[in-house]
Amino acid sequence: MATDTPTDTDFGQVSRTKDVAFRLLALAATLVGIVSLAALLANVAVDAVGWLNWGFITSPPHPDPYEAGFLPALVGSIAIMLLIALITFPVGVGAAVYLEEYANDGLLTRFIQLNIANLAGVPSVVYGLLGLGLFVGLLGFGYGTVLAAAFTVALLILPIVIISAQEAIRAVPDSQRQASYGMGATKWQTIRNVVLPRAMPGIMTGTILALGRAIGETAPLIMIAAPTTVFGIPNSFESKVSAMPLQIYTWASYPETEFQYGVVAAGVVTLLIVLLTINSIAIVIRNRYQQRT
Amino acid sequence: MTMSDEQLLSSDTESSDDQPAPTPGTDGLTDSTDIDTGERSATERTLLEARDLSVYYGKEQALDSVDIEIPEKQVTAVIGPSGCGKSTFLRSINRMNDLVDAAHVDGELVFDGKNVYDDDVDPVALRRKIGMVFQKPNPFPKSIRDNVAYGLRVQGKDDGDVDEKVHTALERAALLDEVEAQLDSSGLDLSGGQQQRLCIARAIAPDPDVILMDEPASALDPVATSKIEDLIEELAEEYTVVIVTHNMQQAARISDKTAVFLTGGELVEFDDTDKIFENPEHDRVEDYITGKFG
Repeated sequence: MATDTPTDTDFGQVSRTKDVAFRLLALAATLVGIVSLAALLANVAVDAVGWLNWGFITSPPHPDPYEAGFLPALVGSIAIMLLIALITFPVGVGAAVYLEEYANDGLLTRFIQLNIANLAGVPSVVYGLLGLGLFVGLLGFGYGTVLAAAFTVALLILPIVIISAQEAIRAVPDSQRQASYGMGATKWQTIRNVVLPRAMPGIMTGTILALGRAIGETAPLIMIAAPTTVFGIPNSFESKVSAMPLQIYTWASYPETEFQYGVVAAGVVTLLIVLLTINSIAIVIRNRYQQRT
Repeated sequence: MTMSDEQLLSSDTESSDDQPAPTPGTDGLTDSTDIDTGERSATERTLLEARDLSVYYGKEQALDSVDIEIPEKQVTAVIGPSGCGKSTFLRSINRMNDLVDAAHVDGELVFDGKNVYDDDVDPVALRRKIGMVFQKPNPFPKSIRDNVAYGLRVQGKDDGDVDEKVHTALERAALLDEVEAQLDSSGLDLSGGQQQRLCIARAIAPDPDVILMDEPASALDPVATSKIEDLIEELAEEYTVVIVTHNMQQAARISDKTAVFLTGGELVEFDDTDKIFENPEHDRVEDYITGKFG
């Protein structure tokens, strides 16, 4: 009270019971996901202690759990990821630019748009089947090769890349395009000089987050007959390749408890570290891009 | 940039109807060059002329059979209430309306003796002769230097001394003194008024014939506005300026000619600015100018 002479005016009270109740409910909903994830991480991390070491990272798989290593699957996953990035980035951005900047808002465009959204929801095992028929069968990339795996999973995340790139392009203010067209720029000049630079951080974020989804995919790799265990690291696009989730899945089915807990946990932690590294790289690249503009 | 790029843009845009040009205006002149009418001086040349120009957005008519002759190297103000079609008129001059899918244009807009809606006119090439400044300052998130050089680069005029052209444009836009030391910093770091002058510098750097301005000062404070107004009067020594404004005092201060659009996209009166503001022919125009309407 600022005054020296307090009065006894009573403004009354408004009940906050529901306010408080809803707040707690919303907090609980928020915590369900976070707490269970944290519990899982803690559990896996504890199990991985003693198993996740330099030897595990740098050795090939072995029937003895104490000798088992993750190197071929680790390198295989990274090789597949790099190839996927090279495939999806140009194709995804190209499709997004076409849909946002060139295509008329007609029935055909809407039909394509609707189907891209639908493709993003198709189960990954279906993409595996497609990869088996198209890349392994028709195009002869070979069963379980780096090439077949990368193209199959690239197809899987392409709709996500396209949709996020479209959103980034749509977020470029129209006044910027107008300014460019008003200067006598062609459509291509406007896209290259104004739209893409401005949309690039968003496009890259979307692409890399999609890669994060790709790295955990197992079903399509099984469908294209990627070997569950490979002993050598891939040295060409035609090499047979395994990937981290596939190797982890295989170990989990072994009878020895050392595999089921220790080795699997070490694999999971490695997979998560690679995933977080990819995402961090994404954030760094995006921030650097944003500062330049 | 290749020819096919430009054709790509022109091919998906509206082409005008090939109807014969109706007789424009009250003075019955159809020749677009070297027209002089009673009240204008003999040296005056018409650079832009609309003949029975109508613009539709879908089924809605935004501009209704406009006939107007805009003189070279003068400031022509376009005034009128909101939704009267004044911005539509401006954007029909450099075919920015082509970018709107539903837009449809009838009639002719003759620029330097050529109907810009003829099939063989490339709107991208047209826009290289007609610069445009927008209502809200819209510099690119690039350096001041790159903003001004943008037109030069996209138009392939960046051989030779780009820096010198950038300096000249900034000087003409009365911005050079304020930014000379920071040409490599972002154009977005400037104040609103400076950004708008940067946009004007960007528009004049490739040396167009005409500068279109769509309410260029409406988002600015009074000091910045007065700087822009001074600048516009100076620009008219070298360029033909067409400015849309909703500010009647501004039109009275800076323009040589004034066109008054009223509701329905109709050009009601076009004359010397003094005449429009002191003794308009039409009662509706007088009502609008004196604030009884609009």
